[in-house]
Amino acid sequence: MTKRHIIPIVYIIFLLLPIYWLIAMSFKTTGEILSGFSLFPQTWTFDNYRTIFTDPTWYGGYINSIIYVSINSVISVAVALPAAYAFSRYRFLGDKQLFFWLLTNRMAPAAVFALPFFQLYSAVGLFDTHLAVALAHCLFNIPLAVWILEGFMGGVPKELDETAYVDGYSFPRFFVTIFLPTVKAGVGVTAFFCFMFSWVELLLAKTLTAIAAKPIAATMTKTASSAGYELGLLAAAGTLTIIPGAIVIYFVRNYIARGFALGRV
Amino acid sequence: MKTENQKAWFFVLPVLLLVAFNALIPMMTVVNYSVQETFGNNVFFWQGLDWFQQLMRSERFHAALGRQFLFTGIILAIEIPLGVIIALAMPRKGFWVPVCLVTMALPMLIPWNVVGAMWNIFTLPDIGLLGYFMNHVLGISYNMTQSPFAAWVTIIVMDVWHWTSLVVLLSYAGLVSIPEAYYQAAKIDGASSWSVFRFIQLPKMKQVLTIAILLRFMDSFNIYTEPFVLTGGGPGNSTTLLSIDLVKIALGQFDLGPAAAMSLIYFAITLLVSWLFYTLMTRNDTR
Repeated sequence: MTKRHIIPIVYIIFLLLPIYWLIAMSFKTTGEILSGFSLFPQTWTFDNYRTIFTDPTWYGGYINSIIYVSINSVISVAVALPAAYAFSRYRFLGDKQLFFWLLTNRMAPAAVFALPFFQLYSAVGLFDTHLAVALAHCLFNIPLAVWILEGFMGGVPKELDETAYVDGYSFPRFFVTIFLPTVKAGVGVTAFFCFMFSWVELLLAKTLTAIAAKPIAATMTKTASSAGYELGLLAAAGTLTIIPGAIVIYFVRNYIARGFALGRV
Repeated sequence: MKTENQKAWFFVLPVLLLVAFNALIPMMTVVNYSVQETFGNNVFFWQGLDWFQQLMRSERFHAALGRQFLFTGIILAIEIPLGVIIALAMPRKGFWVPVCLVTMALPMLIPWNVVGAMWNIFTLPDIGLLGYFMNHVLGISYNMTQSPFAAWVTIIVMDVWHWTSLVVLLSYAGLVSIPEAYYQAAKIDGASSWSVFRFIQLPKMKQVLTIAILLRFMDSFNIYTEPFVLTGGGPGNSTTLLSIDLVKIALGQFDLGPAAAMSLIYFAITLLVSWLFYTLMTRNDTR
């Protein structure tokens, strides 16, 4: 360890402090939280977690979130794969314009779309379904998926495609048996990013659901306002929302840096 | 070189249809609202460009826009240099690399309202860790529900906490792509660490840093959930950023016309700035 390692260490401590506080709060009773300051829980309680795991409105929120996030990741990656291949390998009429138009949707403020989205998905009868949220999140996840995958595919030499065609591979067979395994790191990272951005988004998810598909994040805001200030419960629910992200990031740990660079390193 | 192939359109068709469904229909709805007035019951009157003209003169809009640019400017000025500094100081190989990367990515994986709630709990004056430390250990009066300055400092620190890692990870990805031979050559030439940074590391990071600025600009300009949960736009209107004001007008007051006009101007600004960055970025794209 040298002197310069102090910088990342201090930074990581700064990152972990609010997370520690959230976790510590989740093990305290409401009485202890409101009675004053304590660095560690004085009397450990699991009641907050027990409430979440036994009350369907709580754990249902997690299930809903995981369902629409998974549907969204599958759709986004599936449609982005051929598109990214086209962008990385071919020139076609309007390709640059189309690529930029896709990116503009990544730039659109969600607040702008909240109300029209509600009307659109009500009109097609999808309001309060998991599919509605999954499709709505495609707005920003598909452009991102195309962007990342295009970066990864651009790094694969074109000779690979040409050799395969000379060897008599048909396009679908080449794509599935040769090309996909070559860019599988990129596919994994892309799926991770779709998962991540769908998991953390709340405004659209909340607008498009009422009861049946309500995400966990919305359950939390409702509880915070209706049941007064149940900080312990809120902290426990918050702590549990960190876990799925921590699990999926483990699988792509060696590629996240490249993924954040959108495959362009 | 890429080959010309118009059939490639079939490959992008599914993407085009899905995104168009989500983008064009809502966008047309917004355009529709922006030129009409409604008194409820789905009765609309043609209003022309009145809303746009009103908005251009509205002090409330100017104030929200000003706060938005201030916020985005401050967080870019902090996060970009800080991210680069941290990335430079990080180990390049060994056991600690994945540990660092995963812990650093953690804040970005937390739902945005939880980020807001978490910082709310963290900064409560008498029972939050930071709030207690500031008020009772350092003796600095700190309460963001009362002081606009404290509220601003808090949303900025929260955003730095939330997103600096993005800059770190991007810069780090750029740094590890530099071949070891470059450093050895610099060593032989007796280059100072400043010139190593200036002539080897910075050029390599140029492209990833452009991506970082682009992403941070877009996302911070559109920020809604975190500051809304943390401060609710208060105290007063001091932290009412553009999105928060927009949602207040659209869903709070149900003034659909002005809200839609505001949305379009808002979107146009994001688009313009992002287009500038994108052009810069693709110009440097060597592939």
